[in-house]
Amino acid sequence: MSSPEARLKLLHISKRYPSVVANDDISLSVMPGEIHAILGENGAGKSTLMKIIYGAVKADSGEMLWDGRQVNVSNPAQARRLGIGMVFQHFSLFETLSVVENIALVLDEAFDLAALAVRVKEVSERYGLPLDPHRLVHSLSVGERQRVEIVRCLLQDPKLLILDEPTSVLTPQAVQKLFETLRRLASEGVSILYISHKLHEIQSLCDSATIMRGGKVTGTAIPRDETPASLARMMIGRELPVCVAPPYHGPVHPVLQVERLSLASDDPFGTSLKDISLTVNAGEIVGIAGISGNGQAELLAALSGETTVDREAVWLAGEAVGHLDAGRRRDRGLVFVPEERLGRGAVPALSLARNALLTGHRQGMKRWGLVAFDKAQAFAEQCIARFDVRCGGPGAAARSLSGGNLQKFIVGREIMLAPKLMIVAQPTWGVDVGASAFLRQTLLDLSRSGVAILVISEELEELFEISDRIAVLAAGRLSAPQARELADAESVGLQMAGLFTDTDAEVSHAPA
Amino acid sequence: MLDYLPLILAGTLAAATPLIFAGLGELVAERSGVINLGVEGMMLIGAIAGFAAAAETGYGAVIGLPAGALAGAAAAAIFGFFALSLTANQAACGLALTIFGIGLSAFIGQHYVSYSLPGLQPIAIPLLSDIPLLGPALFRQDWVVYLSLIAFALVAWTLTKTRLGLLLKAVGEAPEAAHAIGYPVIAIRYGAVIFGGAMAGIAGAYLATVYTPLWVQNMSAGRGWIAVALVVFATWKPTRLMLGAYLFGFVTILQFHAQGLGISVPVQLLAALPYLATIVVLVLISRDRKLLQLNLPASLGKPFLP
Repeated sequence: MSSPEARLKLLHISKRYPSVVANDDISLSVMPGEIHAILGENGAGKSTLMKIIYGAVKADSGEMLWDGRQVNVSNPAQARRLGIGMVFQHFSLFETLSVVENIALVLDEAFDLAALAVRVKEVSERYGLPLDPHRLVHSLSVGERQRVEIVRCLLQDPKLLILDEPTSVLTPQAVQKLFETLRRLASEGVSILYISHKLHEIQSLCDSATIMRGGKVTGTAIPRDETPASLARMMIGRELPVCVAPPYHGPVHPVLQVERLSLASDDPFGTSLKDISLTVNAGEIVGIAGISGNGQAELLAALSGETTVDREAVWLAGEAVGHLDAGRRRDRGLVFVPEERLGRGAVPALSLARNALLTGHRQGMKRWGLVAFDKAQAFAEQCIARFDVRCGGPGAAARSLSGGNLQKFIVGREIMLAPKLMIVAQPTWGVDVGASAFLRQTLLDLSRSGVAILVISEELEELFEISDRIAVLAAGRLSAPQARELADAESVGLQMAGLFTDTDAEVSHAPA
Repeated sequence: MLDYLPLILAGTLAAATPLIFAGLGELVAERSGVINLGVEGMMLIGAIAGFAAAAETGYGAVIGLPAGALAGAAAAAIFGFFALSLTANQAACGLALTIFGIGLSAFIGQHYVSYSLPGLQPIAIPLLSDIPLLGPALFRQDWVVYLSLIAFALVAWTLTKTRLGLLLKAVGEAPEAAHAIGYPVIAIRYGAVIFGGAMAGIAGAYLATVYTPLWVQNMSAGRGWIAVALVVFATWKPTRLMLGAYLFGFVTILQFHAQGLGISVPVQLLAALPYLATIVVLVLISRDRKLLQLNLPASLGKPFLP
């Protein structure tokens, strides 16, 4: 921090899209060796701003100063030449290429994979990010993939490293390791822009923070001097909502029982399920933690009925249903809210009323075998009112809704089917804080009315907030569920790395 | 039978040559994520361009092949404009190109019906061609056959050993990621598609100026489609593609000899045999779904909008 000149200075950056102002007059500066947080909700414009810095998106107006000189970054290659490295939220890696091949693609130097492999190994070990340069990326765990991205940036000798929501896919232990690496880089003079909406992470890592909301800067802060509540106020403009989990007094009986479910995945990039047993009782929420790609998709398909399995492997309210398809399981009181809202939970181009029909037709939306559109319309209207869906009415196309509102509609639609069992994947993924709190409370209320709920999520905090019991799915194996009071983030994190099977994540992710 | 062997092997190499050129070109295009079903059309366009150039100048394949390559590349550029720049459906554009190629080649070819060219003399490679039995079969060929082997070696080397090959694979697998790290996805795809067109053009020109050096309408006779199928069944690997092409060539020649021997099987059935045998064998060897999926360019056929 010897140089008084800011490494990066943004002045009055604005970017408008046809329907939204993504960045409105944004200014910020980052010193050499500073870890600077960009804090904001989904849709606050953080990612657009980072893409502008990285040259992937062009700003409409504003200036960018690099080491005091005005620069005009028009593409990522130019940004890399300046010394800007970026670790993407959705990794920009090529699955069928090896680690070293992936790295070679971004370096402007002679093509020599053997020499590069040696350097990759050297740099990865120096920063505590061990990597085998010759492994194919699709055989790596998510944490390892992130290491590839970071090592790729480090080999370009960056002066500024941008990380976009880097911890959303990491175990708590992996987060600690990442922070150590970042602190070490900062001590060597690298500036770091750290984008996140996780308050405690920013408090433990960052020297300073710029807070964004609705495309504008709403404040700057020294995170260590703030409280999570005060940061949250700047981020969402009001108090952080909290959920309440009242005790359940109704009858307790098993609704979903999974017995020794094994399922070989026929997708080369998939994970096979190994001997999974689980019970979800009426009136409780069971949360399954773990990082996507550890069998989550396969387990959801086996439970929802998209993949049929052995008859006796899945039981619904005392009936063996493993061999039944998704429709017949739904007939028996199962509802399922998938992770992909657009395309799987709802048809993007269809109106909400027609989307209500997709699963709601079981509520008698037909007359003489034909669709009764008036009933679908009424159903959708009721769902919109009851679950506070902000939209243009039942005629609005599903894709016109924000993530949070569409999720409220889909969850609401399923709740109105009066289920016995609800299975939800990533209930608040990409949903703003207010809608997240509403959805979590909705799930809690539903369970207390005697419905069994299974939630699969990557967000540990969310699971700790709503689950009665928590299990971990790692490398296709499910740990024994623990009562929430007995579970702690530390042990759950270790299980997420696959440690409960006595093998660690690196081993269990070896190529198939 | 042993007397026939050199003849059959020699014929196999020549019959496989158009498939090798067209197949390698399509393989490169598909590696970049573009499926061009216009190979048949580009071959015919290359064939008539090559034939016309050879006939008008009198230089034969020496001028016919480059002319065919240019014409094929131009046809591929038209396809690229629609499928890449305007992001139209690749399958539809490719089919349209094939229909266009059949029509255009027949139209221009009207002048050349019953016109014939001198063809090429085989070149014997010293020493190697003296090996008994195999020597005359494999090392006494026209120069285009040798060129096809060089093309194979160059494409295989480029795909596996160079940055360009890596880049093609990357663009074919995840164009968004390639764009995010700053590569010009559309330009790379244009390059691959135009290369594919040039190779298909060479394949067509070889057919018209060397293989059967007289003009016959629709002379590619479905070889373009076999080339497209070969690429898929070869799981996008050049070596397997070569095997498929030689298999096709072998059965083609075999059935000619069978016809010559007067085996009492309908000629039409014999003529269908190379196509049938190639497809069946390739389906069998590429049955492994994992192999197919691991090698499939993930973005194949999907338009990319930066």
